[in-house]
Amino acid sequence: MRDVAIVAFGQSDHVRDSAETSEVEMLMPVLHDVLAQTGLAARDIDFTCSGSSDYLAGRAFSFTMALDGVGAWPPISESHVEMDGAWALYEAWVKLLTGEAETALVYAYGKSSPGEVRDVLTRQLDPYYLAPLWPDSVALAALQARALIDAGLTDERALAGIAARSRAAAASHPHAQLRGEVPAGELLVAPLRTGDCPPIGDGAAAVVLAAGDTARRLTGRPAWIRGLDHRIEAHSPGVRDLTDSPSTRLAAERAGAFTRPVDTAELHAPFTSQEVVLRRALRLDAPDSRVCVNPSGGALAANPVMAAGLIRLGEAAARIQRGASDRALAHATSGPCLQHNLVAVLEGE
Amino acid sequence: MPEVLTAPLVVEFPFTRSLGPVQSAFLTGLRERTVLGVTASDGRVVVPPTEYDPVTAEEIRDLVEVGTSGTVTTWAWNPSPRRGQPLTTPFAWVLVRLDGADTALLHALDAPGPDAVRTGMRVRVRWAPERTGAITDIACFEPDDSAAGEGRPGPDDGAEGTGRPAPHSGEFADPVTGITTPARLDYTYAPGRAQSRYLRALSEHRIVGERCPSCRKVYVPPRGACPTCGVATDTQVEVGPGGTVTTFCIVNIKAKNLDIEVPYVYAHIALDGADLALHARIGGIPYDRVRMGLRVEPVWSEDSRFPDHYRPTGEPDADYDSYKELI
Repeated sequence: MRDVAIVAFGQSDHVRDSAETSEVEMLMPVLHDVLAQTGLAARDIDFTCSGSSDYLAGRAFSFTMALDGVGAWPPISESHVEMDGAWALYEAWVKLLTGEAETALVYAYGKSSPGEVRDVLTRQLDPYYLAPLWPDSVALAALQARALIDAGLTDERALAGIAARSRAAAASHPHAQLRGEVPAGELLVAPLRTGDCPPIGDGAAAVVLAAGDTARRLTGRPAWIRGLDHRIEAHSPGVRDLTDSPSTRLAAERAGAFTRPVDTAELHAPFTSQEVVLRRALRLDAPDSRVCVNPSGGALAANPVMAAGLIRLGEAAARIQRGASDRALAHATSGPCLQHNLVAVLEGE
Repeated sequence: MPEVLTAPLVVEFPFTRSLGPVQSAFLTGLRERTVLGVTASDGRVVVPPTEYDPVTAEEIRDLVEVGTSGTVTTWAWNPSPRRGQPLTTPFAWVLVRLDGADTALLHALDAPGPDAVRTGMRVRVRWAPERTGAITDIACFEPDDSAAGEGRPGPDDGAEGTGRPAPHSGEFADPVTGITTPARLDYTYAPGRAQSRYLRALSEHRIVGERCPSCRKVYVPPRGACPTCGVATDTQVEVGPGGTVTTFCIVNIKAKNLDIEVPYVYAHIALDGADLALHARIGGIPYDRVRMGLRVEPVWSEDSRFPDHYRPTGEPDADYDSYKELI
């Protein structure tokens, strides 16, 4: 199988409200950034794939407008996932593995500011038993947090520690929305406080993938994708053990995450309690572990819905590219209470 | 005046779904104050029931009746209920394992405060007074203080005392076969920089496009990016008001809530100075006299933020060569 690498990553500043720019206006500088990093023009890209959600935009086929930022003429090979851009990257990775493309541009964006993201996300729930009750994303995460506390796997103080560590890590991050000391705040849906929850905001990200020698030509130190897998669990939260994430564990195993230790882990955990679940599933809490978890601050520092997962892959790759990591794990999630999980293992040469 | 425009946008639709046999039996059962589950391949009783085994994905159909009381497996206190949620006063979200079930059902628990809720507590269904065959037929759960012993294994009605879920045919008179769930989301739409400028100019009866710095084309309405070059269009160019019909169609179907007599003409119009045709209705001329090359101009009605329609200017028709690239 041919080698595929992330050769460039860019992201916008993440802000609470980007009303002054449309989606394409927000996205375009990011696309230009990753193309400039590689020296490629849009017409040089063999395959383009994006991730976004009409429910966030409140408009049907909203991604077709964002496509204007790519310059789709002459006609290009393009695809879209109504998911986080991490899954768009998965599709592009498969396209490169099959030899159908040598380079790919992957981008994702989300604006939560026009609507109420907690309500919007209820529309991804099963429409028979869950969606009519409007259980919002914080409520579902809070049920999971309570289950973890009841099981003795964490407590409110430990959760606050995760929040503080993440935002301290983001203190020097130029794009983060929430950084430095953040008060634990009021109980939003107990046991979760505002500090346990991600900021609501708008942002975009893009990645360029390339195969083999093309990747070496485009960048000094490609972040090679050594494994990439995603697994999903039953949708109903009452069927699952919310304190565990077997889908993350299986995806990590298939991606080769457990064959050798990683030095960095970028986890897509919008809620502090979800980091507890992921650390256990990914075996990051071994006493001798030297893994640096979410040096970017993670989704607790910036959570542009539909882009936050792709950003985890991008942050891990960028860390490899600048020599701060040799082997990194990146994770993305989708669905209620960590239902669907993607794990990638990236390495420098 | 702020640079960017915003406006309320409501997305609302009745989400209409048909039900499979298991979901139909479950929701009809709720209407009749009966809770049904389904037996999975490994013998577990799944409530609320699915039509496929959550582990093997095999089709499953063996319905059983379970209790209307159960045990809280996890919970979360919601001090600020949101629109559409089951209760309007502060409540607990709960996952409840009903007696006889092996999985938990998500719903709301009516309790005076978080101190009155704990994992393992006994709760029972509070039925909605009006039931239609929907998950909301369970109004909520309420504390079940009458419980004789925690973790009772069997249903507390129907098959009381058997200690296990009772087989059920799933047959009811007048079964529910579909549900309609209203969904409403409220947005504040912000069209962004380019479209805000366009809309603001329209309110002054001007039409403004933007030029691509790379290919020099003028786009109207501008969206902030040249779709050909993928770069920002930031030079504003006033276009029109005159324009040329590049192509058109005759509409013979009267649109709902639209007060326009049929037949009428809808056309693509290349405004003078624009490199992209926009579309609008043509008025002031019999429908069968409209033609490619017809010169037109916008007609602004009183208080209108956009042209109501376009009408002939009386100029000679434009040469085909002058607009053929814009068709």
